[in-house]
Amino acid sequence: MSITAPRTPVLMIGKYVAISFYLIFALFPLYWLLKIALTPDQLIFTEGTNLVPSQMTFANFTSVLFKTDFLAYFGNSLVVSLGTAAITTMVAAGAGYAFSRFHFGGKKIIIAVMLITQMFPLLMIIAPIYKIIASLGLLNSLTSLIIVYTAFNIPFATFLMQSFFDGIPKDLEEAAMMDGCTRFQALRKVIFPLTLPGLGATLGFVFTAAWSELLFALMLISKNDTMTFPVGLLTFVSKFSVDWGQMMAAGVLALIPSCLFFIFIQRYLVQGLTSGAVKG
Amino acid sequence: MTAAQHTDATSGETRARPSFYWRYLVEPYLYLSPALVLIGAVMLFPLIIGISYSFQSIALLKPFDTGWVGFDNYVALWSDKKFWIALENTFWWTVGSLSLQFFFGLGLALLLNTSFYGKRLFQALVFLPWAVPTFLSALTWAWLFNPVIGPLPHWLYDLGLLSEPYNILGDPELAIWGPITANVWFGVPFFAITLLAALQSIPGELYEAAEIDGATAWQSFTKITLPFLAPMIAITVMLRTIWIANFADMIYVMTGGGPANSTQILSSYVFTTAFRKLDFGYASAIAVALLGILLIYAVILLFVRQKFVRT
Repeated sequence: MSITAPRTPVLMIGKYVAISFYLIFALFPLYWLLKIALTPDQLIFTEGTNLVPSQMTFANFTSVLFKTDFLAYFGNSLVVSLGTAAITTMVAAGAGYAFSRFHFGGKKIIIAVMLITQMFPLLMIIAPIYKIIASLGLLNSLTSLIIVYTAFNIPFATFLMQSFFDGIPKDLEEAAMMDGCTRFQALRKVIFPLTLPGLGATLGFVFTAAWSELLFALMLISKNDTMTFPVGLLTFVSKFSVDWGQMMAAGVLALIPSCLFFIFIQRYLVQGLTSGAVKG
Repeated sequence: MTAAQHTDATSGETRARPSFYWRYLVEPYLYLSPALVLIGAVMLFPLIIGISYSFQSIALLKPFDTGWVGFDNYVALWSDKKFWIALENTFWWTVGSLSLQFFFGLGLALLLNTSFYGKRLFQALVFLPWAVPTFLSALTWAWLFNPVIGPLPHWLYDLGLLSEPYNILGDPELAIWGPITANVWFGVPFFAITLLAALQSIPGELYEAAEIDGATAWQSFTKITLPFLAPMIAITVMLRTIWIANFADMIYVMTGGGPANSTQILSSYVFTTAFRKLDFGYASAIAVALLGILLIYAVILLFVRQKFVRT
């Protein structure tokens, strides 16, 4: 539980200094991103490094949205991230349930393999995956990204779901099964409603991870019309490296979905991670 | 098929107590199989292929020059100066990022373990960097280090740390600090969360008892907090080391490994070799080398742990 309040004024002041330090460190870069995005183009070079812009404009946002391909990138990223999040969460819920409720042959080996997939350099498989996807004719398709991201996120999502299932008493579905439900019915009718927060957290986590992924998307996507947001933004940066206002406006737009999800799931995620961590 | 037949056989009075065979071998795998198939097809199978690539010559730019070449890629790796530079950079990148993330994370966890006004809002705000997509953290920090639109070079100049406000990402001596700063910013929340979880599991009575016995705050920190945190710290640090060493996005976006390879780490070297040069054989050889180094690290760490931590 919480430690009691500091005993001396010096500690008290130190604490508030530390609080403000962490706040500034965490928020300043994001503030800067927003600030440059709102600064009118003609002022960027004269007052680019001022703390507060003397004028503000949404021109950068409108030109990013309507004069560039970012809306399409945004749509692609949304499809990939939502698809990945939905499939991963379903698959991981099944696997997490199996880990939480069954003792079975090979369980230890499977858990070990899943842990190992979190350890080895993922870039090690970037070349084979490129070759495989190319031979399937799936290069430049959003499907390939969804499949790859889903597999990458399953191990962590499974452990996350397992920790949520572990928090639900076994007696609940055993009682339902005594009353004549099959295990799957019990899962659907009794357990599923109770894991909604867990499912939400997993969805949000996987969504954010898929939304952020850059390197595999760079490798697998080279056509403009299937680019995801990170690839599009990076291409934009290397092509128009002086359009600061527009780049940062695009950056702010990329931030919106993951921040929304984060605010929504923040409490559940911290809960889930900490409860799992305390046990381990 | 077998599963369906089995359901028929056990329906009726035995449903509440399914057979051993059903419960131990079939049912769990019904729930697990989609996950296993995907992990097998998209991660394990390519992993084996990737290892085999490191013994082949596969460069998409030289399509007629493919085939098994034995250890040629590894021989080339041994005499590749860039590889050794990248190895050294990997070390400093990992140690620098990890130690700073750890100390700031520990500080934040200790802070969040006390009570103060507005703590929940504070927690949500300081964890925000974690939600920022990595490529965007990298871009944001690259922009902050740019003297045209970013304040950092001017601040560093005002503090006397730089002779003039230039972009440190273009300076081979200092460039690595750019990605490290971005990585610390991005990684502190993770450390804070795991350490906070461990802190909250320490029984409060211990602190009360220490206070009654007249212990100072520093004494309770070193005699109660740190020993309780130690196992968690060991595991988190080990996992994080591997994760950071593998983490190429920050460096690829911020510096692309330059200037003059001064920020190239092994994982970003793997990526640039595969992505820019399309030399899959050599990229796989670097990746296998990285994997080997991480394995050696993990084995040494587990050995040291066994030797010094007696539980």
